Amino acid sequence: MIAQHVPILAVMVPMFGALLATLVRRGDVAWAIGLATTLATAALAVLLLQRVLIEGVVSYAIGGWAPPVGIEYRVDLANALVVLIVSAISALIMPYARTSVNAEIASDQHAWFYTMYLLCMSGLNGIALTGDAFNAFVFLEISSLSTYVMIALGQSRRSLLSAYQYLIMGTIGATFYVIGAGLLFTVTGSLNFVDVAERIATSPYDRAVLTSIAFITVGIGLKVALFPLHVWLPNAYAKAPSVATALLAATATKVAVYLLVRLYFSVYGIEMVFVRQPVVEVLLVLSVAAMFFASFVAVFEINTKRLLAYSSVAQVGYMTLGISLASVTGLTGTLVHLANHAMMKGAAFLALGAVAYRIGSVNIDRMQGIGRVMPITMGCFVVAGLSLIGVPGTVGFVSKYYLVLGAFEKGWWWLAFLIVASSLIAVFYVGRVVEAAWFAKPDVEMAQVKDPPLSMLVPMIVLTAACVFFGLDASLTAGIAGQAAAALFGGVQ
Amino acid sequence: MTGGLLANSDTLLGLALAVPAIASLLIPLFGRQPNLRETVTLVSAAILFALVVMLTGQVLAGDIPGLPPMQILAGLEIRFEIEPLGMLFALVASTLWILNSIYSIGYMRGNDEPRQTPFYVCFAVAIFATMGVAFSANLFTLFLFYELLTISTYPLVTHKANDEAKASGRIYLVLLLATSMLLLLPAIIWTGVIAGTLDFAPGGILAGKVTPALMGVLLFLYIYGIGKAALIPVHFWLPAAMVAPTPVSALLHAVAVVKAGVFTVVKVVVYVFGVDTLASAGTGDWLAWAAGATVIIASIVALRQDNLKKRLAFSTVSQLSYVVLATAILTPISVIGAAMHIAAHAVSKITLFFAAGSVYTAAHITEVSRMAGVGRRMPWTMGAFAIGALSMIGVPPTAGFLGKWFMLSGAMESQQWMPVMVIIASTVLNAAYFLPIVYVAFFKAPPEPEPGHEAHGEAPWPIVLALTITAIGTIMLFFFPQVPLALAEMMMASGIDQAIPVEPAVPAETIVPAEQQGEGSTQ
Repeated sequence: MIAQHVPILAVMVPMFGALLATLVRRGDVAWAIGLATTLATAALAVLLLQRVLIEGVVSYAIGGWAPPVGIEYRVDLANALVVLIVSAISALIMPYARTSVNAEIASDQHAWFYTMYLLCMSGLNGIALTGDAFNAFVFLEISSLSTYVMIALGQSRRSLLSAYQYLIMGTIGATFYVIGAGLLFTVTGSLNFVDVAERIATSPYDRAVLTSIAFITVGIGLKVALFPLHVWLPNAYAKAPSVATALLAATATKVAVYLLVRLYFSVYGIEMVFVRQPVVEVLLVLSVAAMFFASFVAVFEINTKRLLAYSSVAQVGYMTLGISLASVTGLTGTLVHLANHAMMKGAAFLALGAVAYRIGSVNIDRMQGIGRVMPITMGCFVVAGLSLIGVPGTVGFVSKYYLVLGAFEKGWWWLAFLIVASSLIAVFYVGRVVEAAWFAKPDVEMAQVKDPPLSMLVPMIVLTAACVFFGLDASLTAGIAGQAAAALFGGVQ
Repeated sequence: MTGGLLANSDTLLGLALAVPAIASLLIPLFGRQPNLRETVTLVSAAILFALVVMLTGQVLAGDIPGLPPMQILAGLEIRFEIEPLGMLFALVASTLWILNSIYSIGYMRGNDEPRQTPFYVCFAVAIFATMGVAFSANLFTLFLFYELLTISTYPLVTHKANDEAKASGRIYLVLLLATSMLLLLPAIIWTGVIAGTLDFAPGGILAGKVTPALMGVLLFLYIYGIGKAALIPVHFWLPAAMVAPTPVSALLHAVAVVKAGVFTVVKVVVYVFGVDTLASAGTGDWLAWAAGATVIIASIVALRQDNLKKRLAFSTVSQLSYVVLATAILTPISVIGAAMHIAAHAVSKITLFFAAGSVYTAAHITEVSRMAGVGRRMPWTMGAFAIGALSMIGVPPTAGFLGKWFMLSGAMESQQWMPVMVIIASTVLNAAYFLPIVYVAFFKAPPEPEPGHEAHGEAPWPIVLALTITAIGTIMLFFFPQVPLALAEMMMASGIDQAIPVEPAVPAETIVPAEQQGEGSTQ
């Protein structure tokens, strides 16, 4: 019975968890609810993926209303993977959250934080699962609004400003998305992805469809933090509470990338997006610009959270680059990097969260000698950093391998060199942190510091281990990503 | 070969990889008991050596030990299989790890170095990476361990953790990572796209699949992508890494790092391109010139260095290019010379570095100009140094003679006169920068000791023991080169044996025009 309703439960469980958390008002109870909810959702995500692997595409009609009239949740390998990323990361961060939230957020706001955390998770899962353009907008707003609140709960007064900045940008993005979806609805009279895709093929109103591609690319581009629409991201990541940063960095942009992929490949189709519109050129140029520009900026950042935030902008560039290759290999690179980047950035931000918990700052000049007193934390950071560089044996290499392979397949050997060259810049920004952490003697104050409590260490170590494990055995991640990419291509042709 | 014996040698291979890995996990457990900690290092080194010796016996008997592949994703797998060249490299590295460990203990304790536990851990990881490089059965596995070797040696190079170490560490890490990621990785993926496989195969995997022009491009990417081979201009990391403690210099110059570089070059030429294929393509001729230029330029630079370790570093740059040059001559006998020189240079250069470290530990002298009379106080050290220096020059009866002999034979046989000239000229240069050190140390009177400084004697006994053994090894290798020579010959033989069954008529025909081309281009 329940197995049948797994798609909707993956959205509803965290949503009701959020409601409960507001009602109880007590921070520790809200945390317990959050832990139970996220664990349950992660289990549901595993079930869902298993079912898709066995049965193929799972279609779920909400309230029993058959699509295209009712809202359909349509799950294939691509979104099953994304839901698993979101749910698993959320569940992993939860045990960590308690200590960190206690230290960083005023106690009367704890329950609010967990509410927003769960709402955000619910919204992200909703975007991933839904097969309906307007429903996707609703979840986009749920996740965004809860994100604004989480950022605003950050310690400094600048958190409010960052949240407000993101609010403005996010709203513009959502508006663009709605305009795009509206145009589609006007042309096709439908909002269901599958239905729209069929109707576009026979629609005489090409111009409206092409216009909607532009609006949707910009709208989602803002959420993805596609260069140069990324300006909200560094402030938001740097000023949010550590737990929120880890959650957002590991999940939010991934879901937006997924939505873009879904709309391009399953709704508009390759012909519309890559032949009739210059998406290849636009995405290619912007992605390469992001890979280089954002990485360069990261090299000169003092605040390590901002440093990693810029690195995220660069990493998003790799994901959109994979889309612009318009090949199964490239798309595999994009999808596998969703999972891989979630692991490495999750691990890196959790490590920084632990630094913030112990010394109250993540500025590089305050972290002198910290590697000697917090060896496990900074060790995790280094492994995540090696993964960002793309050293073989880490997940970063797997992603990069697919992208370079995709570039060679197209005969774009120059692009292959740009990919490896940009990833090398990561050596410099990771290296700066390493030098600060190990090449200075800890001062008297620093000498007292030690690794954080086990509840923070374990999630960090698990994510770090995942960076290496899935770098050495990518059959699960790359296997699913490859099948999903092939299906996304096959579905249209 | 019986099934039981095969399984046995496969197990040995697995153990040879596991031993240094396990050692790196055990060492931190004994961080507070230095004697136990060092026992772990020494015992692991001894076990590894025993395993590698047993493996060598099996490989010489015609066995090909291998492990089942571990697939990372479609088209990429970690797979180990021993071929003769890898066996030779592993044999050299595992032998020298024992001696280097003995020496390290003397040096690290003698100089009261801090953070010794992380030092030994990184050392063991570096040896693990070296074994991985040696035993890799495909380009990806080789690349994986090549990078692990870079990363695990970075903390060793920057061991002193001062500003100088930081600056050198930057050059070391950035140059090695940049070359490998920027050039080597695309070359590997490109090879995979073209050849459809990354597995090393006797006779090469690119034969008949690429145009000569593209082959030249790929060779360029490989040669400069393998920064560890230190061809000018990607050699900067090697002199920069001189800030490291001496045992680390020995690791870099003799045991692992640069050897992994030239090993990879030989391996790529022999098992990816194929010696005959490359020779007939003709687009690899530039390599001999690039290597020849490196040999000469690095020797001239070495001549001008007053810092002993820097002089040794440039000597290494020059000697490594001997190996590349020998490979680039592209005749079977010269490639055998390349393999021999990997072993010969390893044992001689480690002797020289051990001696330099010994002088530093006992007398705190780092400059050649201050070495007057050192030989009288430290006869063992400087005696070993002299043997190492003679081997670098290539004087019999030292190991260095062997490699040069094969190289010259190969070059003369194929009538390539440029390499011959380079080898002769560099021999003179080698003599010019090594012999004055020996002369000054033994025949010049030491300066009057400054007040407050006691006259020094020899370094601590583990140091002297280690460098005496390596010096003896340098001579022994000249008289008993059978094992490395047999392995090197097996490597070249396997290429020909394998090529015949595929296309029986081709090898005989392709070799002849290749030699004729060689004549035409050099005369």
